[in-house]
Amino acid sequence: MEEKLVFSRPEALVDMPTHYCPGCHHGIIHRLVAEVIDELKVRESTIGVASVGCSILAYDYFNLDMVGALHGRAPAVATGVKRSQPGSVVFTYQGDGDLAAIGTAEIIHAAGRGENITVLFINNAIYGMTGGQMAPTTLGGQRTQTSPAGRDPKLAGNPLRMSEIIAALSGPSYVTRTAVNKPARISQTRKAIKKAFELQLAGHGLGFVEVLSTCPTNWGLSPVEAGQWVDSHMIPYYPLGVFKEVEA
Amino acid sequence: MSDKVLLKGTEACAMGAILAGCRHYFGYPITPQTEIPEYFAKYMPEAGGVFLQAESEIAAISMVYGAAATGRRTMTSSSGPGLSLKQETISTLSAAELPCLIVNVARGGPGLGCIQGAQSDYFQSVKGGGHGDYRLLTLAPNSVQEMMDLSILGFELADKYRNPVLILSDGVIGQMMEPVGIPEAVTFFPEKPWAATGAKGRGKNLINSLYLDAARCEEHNRHLQAKFARIAESELRYEEFDTEDAELVLVAYGISSRIALSVKNRARAEGLKVGLLRPITLWPFPSEALRKLADRVKGLLVVEQSAGQMVEDVRLAVCGRAPVAFHGRPGGVMIQMDDVQAKVRELLAGEA
Repeated sequence: MEEKLVFSRPEALVDMPTHYCPGCHHGIIHRLVAEVIDELKVRESTIGVASVGCSILAYDYFNLDMVGALHGRAPAVATGVKRSQPGSVVFTYQGDGDLAAIGTAEIIHAAGRGENITVLFINNAIYGMTGGQMAPTTLGGQRTQTSPAGRDPKLAGNPLRMSEIIAALSGPSYVTRTAVNKPARISQTRKAIKKAFELQLAGHGLGFVEVLSTCPTNWGLSPVEAGQWVDSHMIPYYPLGVFKEVEA
Repeated sequence: MSDKVLLKGTEACAMGAILAGCRHYFGYPITPQTEIPEYFAKYMPEAGGVFLQAESEIAAISMVYGAAATGRRTMTSSSGPGLSLKQETISTLSAAELPCLIVNVARGGPGLGCIQGAQSDYFQSVKGGGHGDYRLLTLAPNSVQEMMDLSILGFELADKYRNPVLILSDGVIGQMMEPVGIPEAVTFFPEKPWAATGAKGRGKNLINSLYLDAARCEEHNRHLQAKFARIAESELRYEEFDTEDAELVLVAYGISSRIALSVKNRARAEGLKVGLLRPITLWPFPSEALRKLADRVKGLLVVEQSAGQMVEDVRLAVCGRAPVAFHGRPGGVMIQMDDVQAKVRELLAGEA
């Protein structure tokens, strides 16, 4: 009987189990990035920049040249990589604590310069790796280890909508917010990642793809409930959509 | 070597970097080093390189980290407060074994301090300004010529050992003008098979400083320490002047060594047996040479534009074999030759 291969691991992913928790969306998003890199046939010219947070070990999972950046610094590191290796495809993979708190200056200025890189911003509204503390994207009322009574905006400020902030700048070529808690959205996210990489390949400047993601462990929810919480709590505050797109 | 050209220390440093093949500079303005980014802004484009003014000192050194990761010769420069901001990444550059050049045109501190030249960043430079067990090969130029020569040497040593190299200069050396002989441009560049350039025709390369497994972190530390031991063995540089018969040896680096050399010459003219030891590398430090001197001199006098930092390393090296005196002025105020000379006379008279 003849076998027909219909599904396999992308070449841009290493064959190893990840450390991510059950129900975490990092695994899905890693795979989408790897699929796009394979499809665009740029694996051998791509350099990924991992950041500090749960996804730091992305440098182990992607079968690409990878650079581990310090907390928040990925867009500046990626700038150094891209400026010194202009023919390469460069992306950062950053969580919300990394990009929207300690790394705010770096992402704003990389976006302002229209640095020709792709930024993948994974927003799960919490610090995962350190065990569930309040993030700059933690929603009002959301309980975390450092907002045990729920985030009180009067005391702890309001969550930042990074896509909207980045879209207000002149530099970026593409800014979108997607989610991966439903199959149709996974497909949309894949298209968004592909578009951002294509715009980089065409030299149009920084593409910013924010993906709403889950943290069942630190949200205290089951994987299924966590997927539902993206709909019930995150999307109302963080609407999906395209916020900026230049003519390719 | 061509005819000599009159240059500022900061310009000589930048010109040396271009001669050394540096084509990627990332920096941020701060006095008294701003002529370095200004020089690159003007000349890097015609050298076919990249000059980028970063949004902060932190971003600048992070961009250096990225460019170094791809194997390019790259540098940044700053002064005290900016160097403090860069320390987390400097530790990480050393941990990830990324070569680069970092220049500190030091000013008076602490805090914002003043903008005049000082030598109070010695501790930060050689004692680990950042976290963890790492070392910076630290070069201390004392002339505009050395601002150029040590800039070139710095890139070579950084590549040789895959470690950042620091030039600890100061506002005086950085701002003063002297005639400089321009060396030939460097034409040999080592291969960097470890660099992140895209995994074409090979396995993936990873630039990283994280080891979640403590045993692996210890193993990496042992690897780094073995490398630091090799650097300490091979890269020590210092000069001695009139130490053979000296009864008192001055110890000074950078701008202070220029003052100390003049004091030494004056003292010799008076018939006083005074010598000078000038470290060129601050790490590695000439401990053994100082120990040997201490066994035969009546005393040492450390001269620094600070409240006294290198003097601690001299005392550690000498380990009680001879008395170690100190003369310094903190806060960017120049040491006066007359004051050092008076101290020399007093110390030698005290011994008599």
